[in-house]
Parts: sequence; C-alpha cells; structure tokens
Amino acid sequence: MARTVNRLSRFNMTALALGLAFLYLPIVILVIFSFNASRLVNVWGGWSLRWYIEFFNDRAMLEAAWMSLRVAAVSATLATLLGTLAAIGLARGERFAGRALFSGMLYSPLVMPEVISGLSLLLLFVALNAERGFWTVTIAHTTLTMCFVTVVVQSRLASLDRSLEEAAMDLGCNPVKAFLMVTLPLIVPAIVAGWMLAFTLSLDDVVIASFTTGPGSATLPIRIYSEVRLGVKPEINAICTLVIALIAVLIVIASFASKLSSSQGESAAPL
Amino acid sequence: MSTRRIFARPARYAAIAPYLWMALFFLVPFGFVLKISLSQTAIAQPPYTPVFDLGEGWAAFKAAFEQLSLENFRLLLSDNLYILSYLRSLVVAATSTLILLVIGYPIAYGMARLPQRWQGIAMTLVIVPFWTSFLIRIYAWINILQHDGLLNRILLALHLVPGPVVWLSTDTAMYIGIVYSYLPFMILPLYATLAKMDRTLLEAAEDLGASARKAFWLVTFPLSLPGVWAGVLLCFIPIVGEFVIPDLLAGSNSLMIGQTLWLEFFTNKDWPVASAVAIALLLLLVPPLVLYDRLQRRQVEGRR
Repeated sequence: MARTVNRLSRFNMTALALGLAFLYLPIVILVIFSFNASRLVNVWGGWSLRWYIEFFNDRAMLEAAWMSLRVAAVSATLATLLGTLAAIGLARGERFAGRALFSGMLYSPLVMPEVISGLSLLLLFVALNAERGFWTVTIAHTTLTMCFVTVVVQSRLASLDRSLEEAAMDLGCNPVKAFLMVTLPLIVPAIVAGWMLAFTLSLDDVVIASFTTGPGSATLPIRIYSEVRLGVKPEINAICTLVIALIAVLIVIASFASKLSSSQGESAAPL
Repeated sequence: MSTRRIFARPARYAAIAPYLWMALFFLVPFGFVLKISLSQTAIAQPPYTPVFDLGEGWAAFKAAFEQLSLENFRLLLSDNLYILSYLRSLVVAATSTLILLVIGYPIAYGMARLPQRWQGIAMTLVIVPFWTSFLIRIYAWINILQHDGLLNRILLALHLVPGPVVWLSTDTAMYIGIVYSYLPFMILPLYATLAKMDRTLLEAAEDLGASARKAFWLVTFPLSLPGVWAGVLLCFIPIVGEFVIPDLLAGSNSLMIGQTLWLEFFTNKDWPVASAVAIALLLLLVPPLVLYDRLQRRQVEGRR
C-alpha cells in the first residue's frame, strides 16, 4: 500500500509541476523577448532596451497608458468603497427585503460575458446622453470590479469570529463603533486585496472599455489589442513587461501591508 | 442573537449605496438592451429609431408599444449565421470546460495533498498569473504559436514535424488560449473543496478494502462535486460569451456568438441586432447563471 501512495504522490507532483510550467512559461518567454535587440520577434539578437525606449517615445501609447492608470486608480477606489459596503450588508445585514436580488446583482457580473455588460452599459450611457470618455469607462469598471471586492471582503467577514463584535457591544460600543474598532482592522487585508484585484482587472479590460469609451480616449488594453491584431511587435512585449512589473510591485506591497496589519491575527489569502 | 439584530440594522444601511449603484448600472441597462433589440435599425447616430420617449406620457408609450417589432429576433432565427455561432459557442465552451476539468483536477488534487505549509505557496503560484493581464497572456501565446515561433522551432529541432505547423488562426490555438486563461478559475474552487475534505474517510475506505483508485472514485470524487460544479460554471458561462480569445487566436471562418455581437455592433453598426443577439445569449445563460448564483451564495454564506 505504501507503494501506491508513493506513486500517487509522484503523479500529483508531476501534474502540479507541469501545470505551473504551463501557467508561467509563456509569460517568462514574453518578458525575455522584450529585451531582444532584434526586430524579428523570435530571433535572439542580444540584450537591449530599445523597445522600452520606443515605447517612451510613442505618444499615443503613453497617453493610453496614462488614461488606463487613472481609470484603474479611480474605479478601484470607488469599487472598494462600494464593494466593502455591499459585503457588510450581505455578511451582517441578516435578512432584508430584496436580499436575493442584491446578491444576484453582485454575483452574476463575475461570470457575465463582457460583451453583454459592455453593450448594456453603453446603451444606458447613450440613453442618459452622457459624454463618453474617462467617466463612462470608470463607472463601467467600478460596476464590474466592485463585485469582486464584495466576494473577497464578504468571505473574510463570514470567516471572522463574531463574538469579538458582540463582546465590544456588551462592553458598551454601539454597532458602528464596534465595527470600526474591532471588525474593520481585521478585514483590512481583504480590503487591500480587493482594491488590488479591482485595479488589475480594470487595467486588463478590453471589451467593456471598447464599448463604453468615446473617440480619442482609448485605454492601454484597447491600443495593445488593436496592435496585436496586426501581429506581434517587440514594443508590445516591452509594454506588457512594464505592466507585469507594475502589478508585481503592487502585489509585493499588498502582501507586506497584509502581513503588517495581520500580525495579530491570521494572514489573509491573496484572493 | 439580540446584539446581532442590533448590528444588522446599520449593516443594511451600508448596503443602500451599492444596491442603488448596481440597480442603476447593472439592472436598468438590460432594460435598454431589451428595448433596443425590439426597435428598428436606422442609419443615424445613435443607429436605431427610439421606440418611445418617456417624456410623452402614457399614450406615446402605448403607441410605441404597438410599434415594437420582433423583426430582429426573427432575423436571428432565420439566418444560419446566428444559429451556427450560438451552437459553436456552446460546443467550444463545453469542450474547453471538459479539458479544463481534466487538466485542473489533478493539479488541484496535487495541491490539496501537499504538506500544509506548501499549500499556501502553491495557491499563490496558481493565483499570480490571474493577476497578470489576461490580454498579455494571450499575446504571450501568439508569440509562441506564430509561424516561426518557439513551438515550431522546438518541434522542428526535435524532428517531430517535417515543416512548420500552422498554429495561429486555428481552433487548437483558441483552445490553448481558453484553457490557459481559465485554468485558475477551475483549480481554485476544486482545491477549496479538496483541501477541506476529511482524509480519515479515505483511510476508512482503504481499511475496508477499497483500492486507491476505487477509494478515489467512491469517496473523493463524489465529495468534491460541489467544487467541480463551481469550477465548471465559473468557466463555462464566460467562455460562451468570450470575444478576445477567439478573435485573436481562432480562424475567422466560424465565429463565436461574442464575436458576432461585436461584429454587428462595431462593424455593421447595427445596434438593434447586436442587442437582440445579447438578449438571446442572456436567455441561453439564465439556467447556468441561476445555478451558479445558488452555489455561490451557499459557498460564501454557508460558513455561518
């Protein structure tokens, strides 16, 4: 029997190793080739930073990147506020009228095909006569990403020991104060993770942004997408590497933040 | 219990703002999609004739109601293009979900069997690619799959193929892209149920004489079914409406429904037909969405 267990775990390890290689190799290759001196994307011509220089001289691309960063920062912040409030309502509100509708509205965007969300929001903006651009994309991204924030924060709230809040209230805190003094510090890691998730999702979106943006205000993914449709370009490798680096830095900061704030409690999962 | 009830009231007040936000930006827009799917195509900006004007009161509403046409939906049923792309979307989504399950299950199982302190690391490793941009990951595959890309170079170097293989613009490339992008969505719910499982049940099965394989199929797999369902729905529903992956990796001779919608909207500028496509797609997705909603609610709230 010992042998079967052993063989099983070797199979498991192989599956795990192959799976991780499958997930990571393409990204590693992309990053390496962004430093390629050759114009041909697959011929190695030595190390070089020329594609990064090209990107920093590409005005249209830089403008798109700036637009994307602003949209991501504003929409992630709005989404974190609204998503955390929604999570509190769902996790602590007990039963209330329209609860099923509320949770349905918050869970279904997680899987809703983006073409539907994008089209429906655009039709709303047209009906409201809103000028399309920064704010319409930001609102669209807020709507989508706040649902992810809700799920992350709500599952953290659900796993907390409620007797802490109850103790605070027995000791004379009102509910709001008990929440702010006891619960909020414990869910900070989840809120930080939620913001990060919202930020990266916004920085990543092509479809919803294509529907809701106006002429002259393309986001970075929209630009990348239209370049990629025309074929592989080394400059795109460089931009992608920069985006990956930005996200990596944010993840490191967030994991430090969650380690600091959770030194008293248990650490939160990144998702 | 009473303190809980006192706590519940301000918590409900907290939900008001997000409630209104989601109602306005998620629920109401579907009304507009429905409305425009029932209106006529027009060559104008916006490219449809308004069905009714709320400012003109009930009479106008009634008059407009009589004008509503099912013309766009009749078009969907009569033109093979639409029916074929719905069918293709379902086939692609079902096939990729099956592949994802077959690949994702052993990985999740392997993760759940790791020593405790390694499990957290393995989970982070699975999640990190999910944080890096999805578009970037597809682009990475275009690099690898193109005519003189890495895959062809390796295959040629190993003399496995006589000449370069065409990978891009094929269904194979699309399936690789879909499986690659959605793999974390399949692994995580599977891992969550497998890690929670009581190992003593397996020991009991083996003590009672079941072989490892039999114990797996009789004990582990049935117990992991909630995770299987969560993973399947989490992948199947968005893949049905997927646009970017088939657009960049698959050939252009047969379209998925997300691409058809995009084409009608951006290229043909036919908003009413695009809306009708969206409504039909939504109807198709209602049963899995309801199932998913129920599962999600049980999972997030079940721990209370």
